[in-house]
Amino acid sequence: MSDLRDLYQEVILDHYKKPRNFHELSGGNRRSDGYNPLCGDRISVFLEMEGDRVKDAGFLGTGCAISTASASLMTESVKGKTREEAEALFEKFHELVAGSGESKAGAGAPSLGKLEVFSGVREFPVRVKCASLAWHTLKSALEDTAETVSTE
Amino acid sequence: MTGPGVASAGTRSAARERFDVDTIREDFPILRRTVYGRPLVYLDNAATSQKPRSVIDAVTRYYESENSNIHRGVHYLSELATREYEAGRGRVQRFLGAASPSEIIFVRGTTEAINLVAASYGRSKVEAGDEILITWLEHHSNIVPWQLLCEQQRARLVVVPIDDRGDLRMDEFDRLLSPRTKIVAVSHISNALGTINPIERIVRRAHENGAVVLVDGAQAAPHIAIDVQKMDCDFYAISGHKMYAPTGVGVLYGKEKLLEAMPPYQGGGDMIRSVSFEKATYNSLPYKFEAGTPNVEAGIGIGAAIDYLDSIGLGRIAAHEQELLDYATRVLTDISGLRVIGTAREKASVLSFVLEGIHPHDIGTILDREGIAIRTGHHCAQPVMERFGVPATARASFAFYNTKAEIDALAAALRKVIEVFR
Repeated sequence: MSDLRDLYQEVILDHYKKPRNFHELSGGNRRSDGYNPLCGDRISVFLEMEGDRVKDAGFLGTGCAISTASASLMTESVKGKTREEAEALFEKFHELVAGSGESKAGAGAPSLGKLEVFSGVREFPVRVKCASLAWHTLKSALEDTAETVSTE
Repeated sequence: MTGPGVASAGTRSAARERFDVDTIREDFPILRRTVYGRPLVYLDNAATSQKPRSVIDAVTRYYESENSNIHRGVHYLSELATREYEAGRGRVQRFLGAASPSEIIFVRGTTEAINLVAASYGRSKVEAGDEILITWLEHHSNIVPWQLLCEQQRARLVVVPIDDRGDLRMDEFDRLLSPRTKIVAVSHISNALGTINPIERIVRRAHENGAVVLVDGAQAAPHIAIDVQKMDCDFYAISGHKMYAPTGVGVLYGKEKLLEAMPPYQGGGDMIRSVSFEKATYNSLPYKFEAGTPNVEAGIGIGAAIDYLDSIGLGRIAAHEQELLDYATRVLTDISGLRVIGTAREKASVLSFVLEGIHPHDIGTILDREGIAIRTGHHCAQPVMERFGVPATARASFAFYNTKAEIDALAAALRKVIEVFR
């Protein structure tokens, strides 16, 4: 049960049950769709960019607790960040959940903050894609590509 | 054989008389293992079944003392391996109730069997404007080969809907069947919902309309007795690995008359009689459709699996599994917030469900840590998921080696899932 409690931490369950920023943006100017063909999870990420900075972020979609909470916490943590900062944060997040252990992100990389709650994911390798779907989709929205992102 | 071995064989046959599941479980070595420190509860049988000792031994025996290429050599081992492999074909013929071993074509699995029919029969018989009739219950492997065929031949794919229980809408089937219908492709048992389809009626109606019928029997072969002649279907496809045999072997049954008229599927060795650069003449059935060295050990293995199933009896297997399904349905519907997806009048061995407010993937992960293996996701049947308005389900699927105690463990673990998410 201890591994499970590490995975399904209170913060994650809270964001799954009450996802934040779960809506389109009235002033949004970027959108990207993500899809995990293995489980059928779909997500759309909406951004309002002001120059190079994420002014606002939202998402919609259906998914498991890990993917929904990840999207919810992601939208909270990228608000106000520049594209470069958001991408650096994704890199750090990916290291956290995929568990390489050694940080490739430079010393200047932003701190994970609340995103640390996903550290339990590394014990569940098949769930890494759930945790990273929203981030891959965000990356594509930041790059402003039109194609649907797939985890495969 | 040693003394205890003889004694245990005696106990075993006595156990089968009264279907003693504990003794049957001893035939499956993997059921003794633990997962995350807990006894394995394997409820993912619709994905693949576990293998009894006799099948594992048959494969080992082949590699230790019979390994050789078949249908080619004049030497002792080649003759021995050929005999064993062809004996496997004979057992499949009996198992399916086919009229002749010429009608039993070894392929890689159900998927390849369907692709063979779509490519060979389909491309030679289906023309622009023709229709292929499938159902809403189909696995992707009984959808996509027909889509490819329709694209190539400019034919149309028509889909029979299902009702809210997961039963085929037979009124719609009758309505959609037309003189343009060339092929009806339908699963015997749905992998996602467990629905048993009324094959005999479907075949009768299709034949009245001049269409041939392919039955995807991947989920039926391990659970119910099959008689292709009684069904009168034109093609029947099965996978070895779902019926306690090794992976990598499946069977396409086809009526001899149809197979004779069909062009080869793949070219290569073994499927020819003679080859010059101008022309090749093809081998007789079933070899015309078996190009290249086949999966010999799996052909032998599927024979051993059928012997094993015969020793228990498909009738008793079906009875035990039905009891498990009824018990599981009762125990699981007692869990508040649990909804069973698929409540067809006739069902086999599959229980698909969702828990309110909890995604199936999360259910699967938590159950896994309890040692319980189930399938979560769309089960390669996305149209079925769409029909029931869910992105995915959790699916427990049973085999005759499963027990009521394992279903109790499943129910207890599901309560734990709800606890985690409370």
